[in-house]
Amino acid sequence: MEQKNNTLLIYTLLYFAFLYIPVLFLPIFSFNDANYMSFPLSGFTTEHYEEMWSKTNLHKALWASVKVGVVASVVSTTIALFAAKAFARYKFRGQNISYGAIMIPFLIPEIILAVAILVIWLSLGFKLGLVPVTLGHILFCTPFAMLILIARIEGFDFSLEEASRDLGENAWGTFYRVSLPLYLPGIIAALLLSFIISFDEFVLAFFLTGSDATLPMYMWAQMRFIQKLPHVLALGAVIIVFTTFIVLLAFWLRNLGQGKEKVEFGIKIHE
Amino acid sequence: MLQAWKSFYARSDPAKAYSLLSPALILVTLAMLVPLVLMLSFSFFTQVSFTEIDYSFTIQRYIDFFQKNLLVSLLIKSVKISFIVTFVTLLTAYPVCYYIAFYVKKNKMLWLVLLTLPFWTSYLLRVFSWKIILGTKGVINSSLINAGLLNEPLTFLMYSETAVIITLTHAWAAFALLPLYVSLEKIDFSLIEAARDLGLSRLETFWKITLPLSLPGIIGAILIIFIPTVGDYVTPALLGGTDGRMLSNMIQAYFGKVNNIPLGAASATIMLLTVAIVTMVVSYTTKQLSQRIS
Repeated sequence: MEQKNNTLLIYTLLYFAFLYIPVLFLPIFSFNDANYMSFPLSGFTTEHYEEMWSKTNLHKALWASVKVGVVASVVSTTIALFAAKAFARYKFRGQNISYGAIMIPFLIPEIILAVAILVIWLSLGFKLGLVPVTLGHILFCTPFAMLILIARIEGFDFSLEEASRDLGENAWGTFYRVSLPLYLPGIIAALLLSFIISFDEFVLAFFLTGSDATLPMYMWAQMRFIQKLPHVLALGAVIIVFTTFIVLLAFWLRNLGQGKEKVEFGIKIHE
Repeated sequence: MLQAWKSFYARSDPAKAYSLLSPALILVTLAMLVPLVLMLSFSFFTQVSFTEIDYSFTIQRYIDFFQKNLLVSLLIKSVKISFIVTFVTLLTAYPVCYYIAFYVKKNKMLWLVLLTLPFWTSYLLRVFSWKIILGTKGVINSSLINAGLLNEPLTFLMYSETAVIITLTHAWAAFALLPLYVSLEKIDFSLIEAARDLGLSRLETFWKITLPLSLPGIIGAILIIFIPTVGDYVTPALLGGTDGRMLSNMIQAYFGKVNNIPLGAASATIMLLTVAIVTMVVSYTTKQLSQRIS
């Protein structure tokens, strides 16, 4: 371990400022009593927040995003749980190819996924809407959820499961009573983070929603009108606070109990 | 028969692994692979009228693509912007990861969580906040004018390639930070100490030991940033203006108001091929490099 290095410390802190300051402008200007986002701030107001209550389109978009987010996160976490188990537990031929195939949706430009799903959806004669958006989000969230779950399951002592089977529990009982409680923090973290990814996702929604706007679509539509900007700022500030809370909760859960289990079960944990 | 199959299944790890993987593999096949193949086949068709498509095979769309100067220049610009963004992000993120890996002693996880936290706030909102900062009446211009340093707003800040590069560098930071940190953290610090004890200067140690050992992280970061930024849509659409426009904006237009799905599909296919070629070149170079080191 190195001793001190103040130059690097100062650089690191500046980098933190670069990461955080742009995001903080949204909440700052959301309380500003002017239509333009410029300095000096003219006065304090909560008017932009009150404005949000009266926008029925906003409420519809919020509801749409919540529906899509819940379905996408539950389905993708379930699929990812099985896949993560396979990668953490077994060595098999075609392992790397399968892993790569499942990770691709997360790596290729999102616009290509969006366009591909758009083409097949229209060719099949289906209507655009929240269903293809949800499908796209499931595809996009699954690799994320899988990475989180593999980190949790890797190094899990699988003899615990074998012991449970030997003692007469069936496969479901073993899963329910032995594996699930140990995976649970990882599962909840995966659910929360996939929900956030889906909730914030824009490009897939932009191509596939048709007329049912999700929340990012709603914001996109409002951003073009200067006079409507302030309430988008307020909405953005609320979303930032909400997301930050969920993500911190997920990080906390992901690490929860790992120290303790190490002692109790001799489980080697990733990180 | 069933019994035989059951006992085969109980002993076969691959069978169990693949049954666990089947939902994910079916999802990837039906929701990605099949649509991509269909998109590829559409790139060989012709848009006859607004609603009508001629389904006979032709490579004319690819010829169209390379005959339209606009499309070729947008492809080149997308690749160029992505390269600059990747390079700048790596260069600026590396010292931060180096600091956390080698100097921070307590609560490293907390530092990492704090570094990646802004990444989780909506991408759209992060891009939008740069609009607030760089805009003609934005934070930078209004502050400079108020301070009396400027009479006219700086127009090059907004709706330009520069704006796109700054915003993307901010937006994709976490994708450089995580792989770089992981690879630096893995380095056995006694190797660095040994190099110093043997008389290498700090710079030589970094050049000969630390940098080569962190190469996997650098490669990971290059790919994970370059691939998605080539196809970025939101940033150029909100901040690029005409100067910072990228290929994805045209792809969107072909699927939207221009309504030329085959040409849009051909453009998307060319983008995908570009990404694939870059990935292969980067992976190949890495292999060569790591062989030369070891």
